Amino acid sequence: LGRRKLDEDTLEELQDLLITSDMGTRVAARVTKGLAKGRFDKEISGDEIRLALAEEIEEILKPREKVVDFSDGPRPRIVLFVGVNGSGKTTTIGKIASKLKDQGAKALLVAGDTFRAAAVEQLKVWGARADIPVLAKDTGADAAGLVYEAVERAKAQDLDLVLVDTAGRLQNKAELMSELAKVVRVVRKIDPDAPHDVILVLDATVGQNALSQVEAFRHTAGVTGLVMTKLDGTAKGGVLVAIAEAYDLPIHFIGIGEKAEDLRPFSAEAFAKALVGIKAP
Amino acid sequence: MFDALSERLGSIFDGLTGRGALSDKDVSEALREIRVALLEADVALPVVKEFVEKVKTRAVGEEVIRSVKPGQQVIKIVYDALVDMLGADEEESHLRVDTPPAVVMMAGLQGSGKTTTTGKIAKRLADRGKKKVLLASLDVRRPAAMEQLAILAKQAGETVSSLPIIAGQLPADIARRAMQAAKIGGYDVLILDTAGRTSIDEQMMAEAAEIAAIANPSEVLLVADALTGQDAVETARRFHERLPLTGLVLTRMDGDGRGGAALSMRAVTGLPIKFLGVGEKLDGLDAFDAKRVAGRILGQ
Ligand SMILES: Nc1nc2c(ncn2[C@@H]2O[C@H](COP(=O)(O)OP(=O)(O)OP(=O)(O)O)[C@@H](O)[C@H]2O)c(=O)[nH]1
Ligand SMILES: Nc1nc2c(ncn2[C@@H]2O[C@H](COP(=O)(O)OP(=O)(O)OP(=O)(O)O)[C@@H](O)[C@H]2O)c(=O)[nH]1
Ligand SMILES: [K+]
Ligand SMILES: [Mg+2]
Ligand SMILES: [Mg+2]
Repeated sequence: LGRRKLDEDTLEELQDLLITSDMGTRVAARVTKGLAKGRFDKEISGDEIRLALAEEIEEILKPREKVVDFSDGPRPRIVLFVGVNGSGKTTTIGKIASKLKDQGAKALLVAGDTFRAAAVEQLKVWGARADIPVLAKDTGADAAGLVYEAVERAKAQDLDLVLVDTAGRLQNKAELMSELAKVVRVVRKIDPDAPHDVILVLDATVGQNALSQVEAFRHTAGVTGLVMTKLDGTAKGGVLVAIAEAYDLPIHFIGIGEKAEDLRPFSAEAFAKALVGIKAP
Repeated sequence: MFDALSERLGSIFDGLTGRGALSDKDVSEALREIRVALLEADVALPVVKEFVEKVKTRAVGEEVIRSVKPGQQVIKIVYDALVDMLGADEEESHLRVDTPPAVVMMAGLQGSGKTTTTGKIAKRLADRGKKKVLLASLDVRRPAAMEQLAILAKQAGETVSSLPIIAGQLPADIARRAMQAAKIGGYDVLILDTAGRTSIDEQMMAEAAEIAAIANPSEVLLVADALTGQDAVETARRFHERLPLTGLVLTRMDGDGRGGAALSMRAVTGLPIKFLGVGEKLDGLDAFDAKRVAGRILGQ
């Protein structure tokens, strides 16, 4: 990109660029409008445009940037992972668990997906990698009962942390959502402050439906924070900007691969730059 | 019908009834609304642009304004164009699996639904075609991927089995072993489930291409999430470039997503959409229906 005038046509092109990141038409329009302020009809270079766009986006994301250390805080800290099918819940738990090992936290993984074939085995592999015990029952068992047991055990054994996996569920399935509500209810019975964290795991490839996922899981399970996975692919995850505009929900981590080390704290600046195609130095 | 777009177009066309002709302004305003509606339904931008052009050409020639409800008339044009583009004349979901052992290969991004769909297709072939089906997992990466497929094979029916797991074997070697087993065991169909991969993971894409070269599948299905957004175009294009794809499967159509990815992927690859995944269980597989998907995209 050479120098060019920031006119209506250029702005429209930029808006299109943002739309192709899944930001949505409205937020994309707002961001380009912000960019145009004070710059409209002036000569500007491609690099300047990208930087300015990244700044606009970073401004929206910055208040949501919140690194979290699950091994800290209340004891036992109960952390529930929720989301639609295949978004990366189990893998994200595995990644976090692997970190805990280095921190020496006393943790328990709970195989709360008692539905999907080999979901329990999958979590057990991650538990073994991280050297953290996994509480599990057979496929078909009552998830809420299992989670209740896990929290009791955590109290009795004075654990630091309990990471609870749940089955993937689409947010429009009332029955599955009420099962999730039951899990939360049961945990609260033991400790009114628990679950201390309810992490919604979002897949970066998902488009505008992510907004409806946030709304529904927030309503049902009281989501406290977000993780976005699969940012190592071609998807930009721009819907996160729309979510950041609409909801006061912290974004904790991003997933950038399938291995234990492929989890990064969320950085508003890095995310914004990647979204507009500024390569990391 | 089509609440989302109806509302948008309604406000433009209300009161126009009976007027002589549509002004340029009316037309371009309507097209803009169609564009936004499609983008909100997650149709990818390049496909939206192409589509809007097509609708424009069609709408110009029609006597939209003389109809009693011009808004509805435009919506009908949009709907028909969508059905057209989605592949209206396609035969009902048919897999070419006639010469035994016919190989079907599954491919796609991580978590898109490949393994579950493998189980679903096996069940369908077993239930409807009385086929003897062998399932083989070439996924040596995801924890318990092979166990997952083995469990699904058990659930899929009497005539469905899975290839015994040998730890440490490489995907290409598993593919060879599976083909051998399918031949010896007198199977009608062999379905190869593969690991999820991003389209820019060169090593993994090369691995998939190698598997396809070894197995010479009669069907290579790209399995994608119906909730996919703008990335649908990029993913479809890249997989299409590297693999001899023969069809698409859109999963999680039981969600409340608008499913624009179906149009995007179909438009980019020109491939038929063979199935829709509509649930987590093995009976959750529907034949593709362009009308249903078009209705969904328009917010029916
Ligand atoms: N490329 C990439 N793949 C990921 C990432 N996170 C998870 N995955 C992969 O996505 C697939 C699904 O991940 P899971 O952790 O099983 O997802 P889930 O949400 O637990 O799925 P269900 O329990 O079936 O709902 C697996 O193949 C993971 O390896 C990521 O950040 N990048
Ligand atoms: N609701 C719904 N869930 C589905 C559908 N198809 C698959 N799933 C779920 O999506 C999740 C991922 O499915 P998998 O079959 O494991 O996906 P995959 O592509 O094999 O994943 P990887 O092997 O990790 O790349 C699981 O929770 C499935 O139950 C569908 O059509 N509807
Ligand atoms: K079986
Ligand atoms: Mg899981
Ligand atoms: Mg799989």
